[in-house]
Amino acid sequence: MDKIPILKMGEYLLVTIQIDLYDRLALNLENDLVNMISKYSSKGVLIDISAVNIVDSFMGRILGNIAQMSKILDAHTVVVGMQPAVAITLIELGLPMNGVHTALNVEKGMDLLQKKLLFDTEVITEEEEDGSTE
Amino acid sequence: MVVLNKEIINIEREQDVVFFRNRVNDYADKIKMGLVNKTKLLTAASELVRNMLNYAKGGKVQCEIISVSTLQTGIRLIFIDRGPGIDDISKAMQDGYTTGKTLGLGLPGARRLVNIFDIKSQPGVGTTVTITKWKNG
Repeated sequence: MDKIPILKMGEYLLVTIQIDLYDRLALNLENDLVNMISKYSSKGVLIDISAVNIVDSFMGRILGNIAQMSKILDAHTVVVGMQPAVAITLIELGLPMNGVHTALNVEKGMDLLQKKLLFDTEVITEEEEDGSTE
Repeated sequence: MVVLNKEIINIEREQDVVFFRNRVNDYADKIKMGLVNKTKLLTAASELVRNMLNYAKGGKVQCEIISVSTLQTGIRLIFIDRGPGIDDISKAMQDGYTTGKTLGLGLPGARRLVNIFDIKSQPGVGTTVTITKWKNG
């Protein structure tokens, strides 16, 4: 059976979808990703869809689900590399991509994840400092 | 209207969807359909074929290249299933209406993505959806 590989890189998980997705495969990816986040306490997930030709309502829902599931496991999700034709189609289809962060390419996606992580740690340290002065 | 090419693809399993999408992709390339139109057609086809698998446990799709005049060439896909049918088509065509656990965007979304959309359904007999996407348009 086909499987989409998930690579662990430090605090992040990287996924590059390079084959034609069918529903079962997308569901397995969702499952595998959530398990990996929990196993490695990952702080960010980067999904590269630059090789994906179609994102239909099911695939869009899976991406949204992954973003929301990782959020409640304290990880950010960034979807990168969406083809312009796919973006046009998604909007005409009427798909709400709620809670999914996007970036143009892998590089910018990584930057975004790092900024989010930095912001999170700053907020935590500020809170701790506030607590100590009181 | 002239039908230039005709092929029937049976859809029985999820893996058939990948094969079917590739065939439609080949047809779109054959008539030199633009990338945006091709993506829209493929996405609409993907929605309809999923409905067929989920609600009717499969069916068949007739793929055609059609030509109305020398100017208008396009692809017509006819999705035929012998599933439970749809009781209220106008309701099924509304955004967000679903009898399953989905977003309810399949049918209305597919209609927005193609040029001609036609749906006929008889409860207990089956459903036939016909979509046409022109090469330019």
